[in-house]
Amino acid sequence: MNAYIEPGSPVARAERPGAGSTTDPTAGLAGNVGTPYTTPMSGQTERAAYLGMPGERPPRLGFFTDTSLCIGCKACEVACKEWNLVPADTGPTGGNPADLDEVRGMDLLGMSYDNSGALGASTWRHVAFIETEHRIDAAQQGDVRWLMSSNVCKHCTHAACLDVCPTGALMRTEFDTVYVQPDVCNGCGYCVPACPYGVIDIRPGDGRAFKCTLCYDRTKDGLTPACAQACPTESIQFGPLEELRERADRRLAQLHANGVPEARLYGRDPDDGVGGDGAFFLLLDEPEVYGLPPDPVVTTRDLPQMWRRAAVAAVGLAAAIAGSFLGRR
Amino acid sequence: MAHGDQNPIDASATSHRTDGRSGRSGGRHRGRRRERGSMVPAAEFSSYYGRPILKKPTWRSPDVPVYLWVGGLAGTSAVVAALGDATRRPALRRGGRLVAAGGALVGTMALLHDLGRPERFLNMLRVIKPTSPLSIGSWILSPFAAFASAAAASEITGIAPRLGRLAGWGAALFGPPLASYTGVLLSDTAVPAWHEARGELPVLFVSSGAAAGAGVQLLVTGLTGAGRQERDPMIRLAVAGAAAELVIGEALERRLERVPGDIADVYRTGKAGRRNRLARVLTTCGGLGALLAGRSRVAAVMSGAALAAGSLATRFAVFEAGLASAADPRHVVAPQRARLAERGRHSSAEGSWLAAENAGVS
Repeated sequence: MNAYIEPGSPVARAERPGAGSTTDPTAGLAGNVGTPYTTPMSGQTERAAYLGMPGERPPRLGFFTDTSLCIGCKACEVACKEWNLVPADTGPTGGNPADLDEVRGMDLLGMSYDNSGALGASTWRHVAFIETEHRIDAAQQGDVRWLMSSNVCKHCTHAACLDVCPTGALMRTEFDTVYVQPDVCNGCGYCVPACPYGVIDIRPGDGRAFKCTLCYDRTKDGLTPACAQACPTESIQFGPLEELRERADRRLAQLHANGVPEARLYGRDPDDGVGGDGAFFLLLDEPEVYGLPPDPVVTTRDLPQMWRRAAVAAVGLAAAIAGSFLGRR
Repeated sequence: MAHGDQNPIDASATSHRTDGRSGRSGGRHRGRRRERGSMVPAAEFSSYYGRPILKKPTWRSPDVPVYLWVGGLAGTSAVVAALGDATRRPALRRGGRLVAAGGALVGTMALLHDLGRPERFLNMLRVIKPTSPLSIGSWILSPFAAFASAAAASEITGIAPRLGRLAGWGAALFGPPLASYTGVLLSDTAVPAWHEARGELPVLFVSSGAAAGAGVQLLVTGLTGAGRQERDPMIRLAVAGAAAELVIGEALERRLERVPGDIADVYRTGKAGRRNRLARVLTTCGGLGALLAGRSRVAAVMSGAALAAGSLATRFAVFEAGLASAADPRHVVAPQRARLAERGRHSSAEGSWLAAENAGVS
């Protein structure tokens, strides 16, 4: 989030008087053609009203990514990079951007049309391309089937990365999203193996951890995140989580009624191992086919048990040492 | 930051092991297998081009394995020093204090070196978070390092022996937590080989720390020729620590055998497997050699060195096992699939209202 602002840039537009209001073309319909509204608040005044009102707070914001609508255009990947000033993606070999040979090598992965491979410190939206054979529909059995899905940080209700962060750099925003404060992170790397989805990572050359911010700078101003704004098919939908969940339930029922029994919601359930995802998905196959864990659990769920075990072990060690000093001299 | 291992050739190799299909021909990789010790056949295994689901820990080697090792070594040594002081064993007091301070220094440097932004090390101390083992660890290591350094400084200079003794007890208070918290540090991650071993890792690490701490004192007392009365407690501690390390290491692997996905394999094969075997040989030899250390100074030196080295090898083995486990999508998918299957079976066995309703409709 560098400070300089070019005239006419989205940042400058957002700071214009009236930006984010219902008449502002960058708000409201943003990223969701035909949807009456997606942003919970239309402008700064409303937001201030929310925050100033005792007992009131902004609603939880999130993404509903309906992969049945994804056409794999990668507009979300590009829009995310542009808005958030994310450096060049050097691909999953994770080379330093300074190493020009790696960039020239292009890191072509041979994985259908996917060359960014996975989410990472410099890939906050990742479009998966899956080429498989049709299995479900007998008429199409054996035909090639393409699945496309735009993956993103899940902004978990119980976020392991946030729990284990020793500096408090990872925090929860007023929109219940999970945000890394880049000026606090000291690059300890604990969040990296803690994430059950493998989202957050350390950026080589920088040393700090990065991931999707759910465009905190935009949502604060009542704007839609860049990826949802850029999505041409409404595959990425943004809004208050409660509303998205209702919308997802309707969509799932519609698909099931239309003969797509393989459709399922992923991360929708508030009772799952991470307390439900702030960014959840409609998938057309098992989660692991998309590179998602089928039943993720926040690691800190078991932490009380682990601390107890460590306390017993520490007392045991002290007792063993003391015991070894007993006896004949 | 060893991102190099994430290239697609390595990643597809992990899927070859289960299904033999090319990682480049499609997005689906399947294999059916029945897990040892489980009556539930494992769910079929799919992945996204065989790529890892979890991110590989960015912690560096040898920084982190060495940090784990000196935590156990220094923590044990601080308690040994305090008790050696209390029971008038000057060699153990002196040796324990110096090793505790040296270990704290090395550990702090390893931790610092592993940060992406070392100049922000003090950000660790801007909050106290019980949900973050690294935060708690920083708050254990900092006072430990301060007390241990003070005690060692007093030991070397002879200045303020009473304050030195007080500092020594302070270090002894933080020593055992320093040795055991690192087990939580690793197991409080999504890495299956660490998280599934959460019951065993803290116990393994204190056992290994006891063996290393006692081993170094055997080495020192053997070299300096300190008397039997100095060496005897360390012999007992060394034998107990080595035995516990071997037993709990085996229990850890047995535990992982019962988890679907062959997670125990990462402790037995590859880099981690080699280090694990080395650790077992060194710890066994060191533990047996320590039995002779009462009579022979050579035996004390040799067995002490073997125990310290065995403990270090154990830490490397556990660290490498975690890296291998994070890279294998099957370690993530198989246990979670089994969990889902188990849950589904329970709910249908109980006859949930939903199942009854569905049955009624069809």
